[in-house]
Amino acid sequence: MAVGAAINVLVQKHVLYSALSVIVMLTAVSVLFVFLRADFIAVIQVIVYAGAIMVLFTFVIMLLNLPADEDGVDRLRWLKFIGIPLGLFLLFLIVATLWNVEPLRATRAEMVGSPKAIGTSLFNDYLLPFEATSLLILIALVGAVVFAKKDL
Amino acid sequence: MIPISWYLILGAVLFLIGVLGFLIKRNIIALLLSVEIMLNAVNLTFVAFSTQHGQISGQIFVFFVLVVAAAEAAVGLALVIAMFRNRESLNVDRSNLLKW
Repeated sequence: MAVGAAINVLVQKHVLYSALSVIVMLTAVSVLFVFLRADFIAVIQVIVYAGAIMVLFTFVIMLLNLPADEDGVDRLRWLKFIGIPLGLFLLFLIVATLWNVEPLRATRAEMVGSPKAIGTSLFNDYLLPFEATSLLILIALVGAVVFAKKDL
Repeated sequence: MIPISWYLILGAVLFLIGVLGFLIKRNIIALLLSVEIMLNAVNLTFVAFSTQHGQISGQIFVFFVLVVAAAEAAVGLALVIAMFRNRESLNVDRSNLLKW
């Protein structure tokens, strides 16, 4: 699924569809992170990547108001007939899964990818890189504001 | 448990797709998206190795890669806005002001 979405990024003509495909790919990869028992990274991936960064991308794409496809309306008509059943199917799937879910068994306390382990490591062994990261974020913030200003 | 090689192959394929997109696309936002795909492929490889060896360092590094990706996206998109305002186009072939 991740590969399919990534290929779709290249195939799509309009860049907005590419961005939406990237969101699909990021979510698929985050599922793989869950398989790899890196829960914290998976959650961060969804929140920061698929949430924040891709919202920024789509926001800029829509802000610039790029010319749309010529056959956009025609495709939307039959996409509606596919999209609504698929959405209902997904809803049914989610409800069925939540219905059958069992209460969480005793969690593996010393899991490798747990937020506790990551936090401990982050604030003990990697404290200096962490602080450097905050500086990087600040610089990026100021730089973005300067670049996006009206008159450079 | 899926063997680690599958994750590595998937990471390599995703990275390849990212490189391919970076080379064949002409829209600058698409180029940024390709960079995001490449970063994500590397993240996948990091986490796969981290789980394989039972070490946390790989996931810490993924965290830092994420931060860098966020900063890159912010600055890159600001540049895109500035470029679009000046050139009225996002085609990288048409932004040839620095070309000698």
